[in-house]
Amino acid sequence: MTFEKIIFYLFATILVLAAVRVITSRNPVHSALFLVLAFFSSSALWILIEAEFLAITLVLVYVGAVMVLFLFVVMMLNINVDVMREGFIKYLPIGVAVAIISAIEMGIVITGNFSGDKSPALVRKGADYSNTEAIGQVLYTEYLFAFEVAAVLLLVAIVAAISLTMRKRPNTRSQNPSSQVIVKKEDRLRVVKMDAEGKGS
Amino acid sequence: MNNEMAVIEMPNLALVMPEMFLLGMTCVLLVLDLFLNDRNRIITYLLAQLTLFGAVVITFSQMGGEAVTGFSGSFVRDSMGDILKIFIYVVTAIVFLYSRQYLQLRNMFRGEYYALGLFGVLGMMIMVSAHSFLTVYLGLELLSLSLYSMVALNRDSEASTEAAMKYFVLGAMASGMLLYGMSMIYGITGSLDIKEVGSYIANNGANNIILSFGLVFVVVGLAFKLGAVPFHMWVPDIYQGAQTPVTLYLGAAPKIAAFAMVMRLLVDGMEALYVDWQQMLTIMAVLSLALGNVVAIAQTNIKRMLAYSTISHVGFLLLGIIAAGPDGYSASMFYVLIYALMSTGAFGMIILLSRAGFEADTLDDFKGLNERSKWYAFIMLLIMFSMAGVPPTVGFFAKLWVLEAVLNVDMVWLAAVAVLFSVIGAYYYIRIVKLMYFDKAEDNSVIVADVDLKVVVSANGILMLVLGLFPGMLMAVCQQVLA
Repeated sequence: MTFEKIIFYLFATILVLAAVRVITSRNPVHSALFLVLAFFSSSALWILIEAEFLAITLVLVYVGAVMVLFLFVVMMLNINVDVMREGFIKYLPIGVAVAIISAIEMGIVITGNFSGDKSPALVRKGADYSNTEAIGQVLYTEYLFAFEVAAVLLLVAIVAAISLTMRKRPNTRSQNPSSQVIVKKEDRLRVVKMDAEGKGS
Repeated sequence: MNNEMAVIEMPNLALVMPEMFLLGMTCVLLVLDLFLNDRNRIITYLLAQLTLFGAVVITFSQMGGEAVTGFSGSFVRDSMGDILKIFIYVVTAIVFLYSRQYLQLRNMFRGEYYALGLFGVLGMMIMVSAHSFLTVYLGLELLSLSLYSMVALNRDSEASTEAAMKYFVLGAMASGMLLYGMSMIYGITGSLDIKEVGSYIANNGANNIILSFGLVFVVVGLAFKLGAVPFHMWVPDIYQGAQTPVTLYLGAAPKIAAFAMVMRLLVDGMEALYVDWQQMLTIMAVLSLALGNVVAIAQTNIKRMLAYSTISHVGFLLLGIIAAGPDGYSASMFYVLIYALMSTGAFGMIILLSRAGFEADTLDDFKGLNERSKWYAFIMLLIMFSMAGVPPTVGFFAKLWVLEAVLNVDMVWLAAVAVLFSVIGAYYYIRIVKLMYFDKAEDNSVIVADVDLKVVVSANGILMLVLGLFPGMLMAVCQQVLA
């Protein structure tokens, strides 16, 4: 076993364990954190196949941005885990049956036609080869159309999300900074003159 | 890839003029809508109609000539695409027109309906013009995302929210299936370009188990999107749960785009696997015809009934593709174009009979329509006869040509099954005619609607008759673009 293989199996094991913990962990915050670990391990696997740009993007975008938002949402929603777990025993037999059938099917497929030796071996590139440059060269040329359509897709997602969640409630309290700034002392403060109270009167 | 500077080829932007125009105008509409108050909201609507009109003009000016691919094979402009696109614009324009008054009366007249509707049209255009698996998928997602959110727009209605949720979950699963199948095919052929995939399969033989594996998933994904049995579960709930203008939108133009997707993926991409997908489509077509027509009989809600009717029409649409060859494909194309017009007409009538606070969505609402208005009862009669396939309406010819194509490839039993279930299906269309002409009206209120709605609904119904008397022209166009 080469050193590279050892590293591969190390990260792959961490990845699988983290993925399992994402769904088995009782605390949603722990689940989200294990998902971060899973993303991180898979980005390490990408580094191993010399896809360093994708690996870095995965860490920056998913771990750095998406998962932080995820954690915020999880913390704010206050999900009651026990309700979601009801019926675990009830659904266990059918779940196990599905899992066994899937495992058998996967075995048939892997031992049959999908074996790894049919796909070409990975070509190793030299140290001066830049993965980022390779992606950059096709992203805005060959895949320009797909790239632009994906951008429109994100725009639609934003429009849809805003139109579905933004509503004006009549009694919402909100701040208006500009009117707060121009307010004068006379508008808010009223000095009341009154006599000092006498002692024991 | 080497480190030299690759020469960047400027994409042929003229090719995507209609898409760029529509996207630009939709963005303008989105921004403009922010500055309008509810009284001036009509400007948004007019701008949406203007956008569709402009798109018709641009696509029309580009029509004719050979198919041209661009953007490194992601995009193709051909005659079939142009015709389908023009129908998509026109049908959507009619949908927008029908929904205006309905939305205004219910305080739902918001810019988002039109903006999302136009984004959906953009998605359909991209699907129609797709020349790579990636483009098909992205176009489909653009359309689906717009549709999910349009169904959910009526947030305060429990039925709409439930429908949107079901649609979203099932739609996401279908997209996953499609994508998985595409990845299998990509793995074998090494290309996303539809033409290259086609030539790879033709040269290397179709007896590859992974190819068939990928094909199964692609067909399942397509069937979900078309709403063919056994992947039809979402159709009735979404048709009934969504607001009528949204049902109107999602029942008409997206079917044209779905037809284009089937043509691009199965016919252009995988015609060499014809024997495999023919069998799968045959099973789905027979089941769709049977279930759609039989279950529709039991419905009392007309939107739900029309949903089952859609399922049976999808069965007919698939028949033409099963028959294959230019005859079959052009018969299918004619069928889908006519179906889009019939379906807008039927929902247009529901909208016409609805008023503020009242939905004309049960069969009983059509009782005695003849007493209330002889003219609209006649228009509904034409639409129902066309759906049932009664001559001389155009629905008859649409069915006739599909059956002819099926008979030409010696699949007599399939044609017999289709005819049998059409006869069963005729019952529930003609039942509406009976309700309108022979039953007493329960509600004698006068039909109130704006002039534009009245005129276009009437024109829509009359069109069924006119196209039925002169079906040759549209059919000739369909045959020409698929020759």
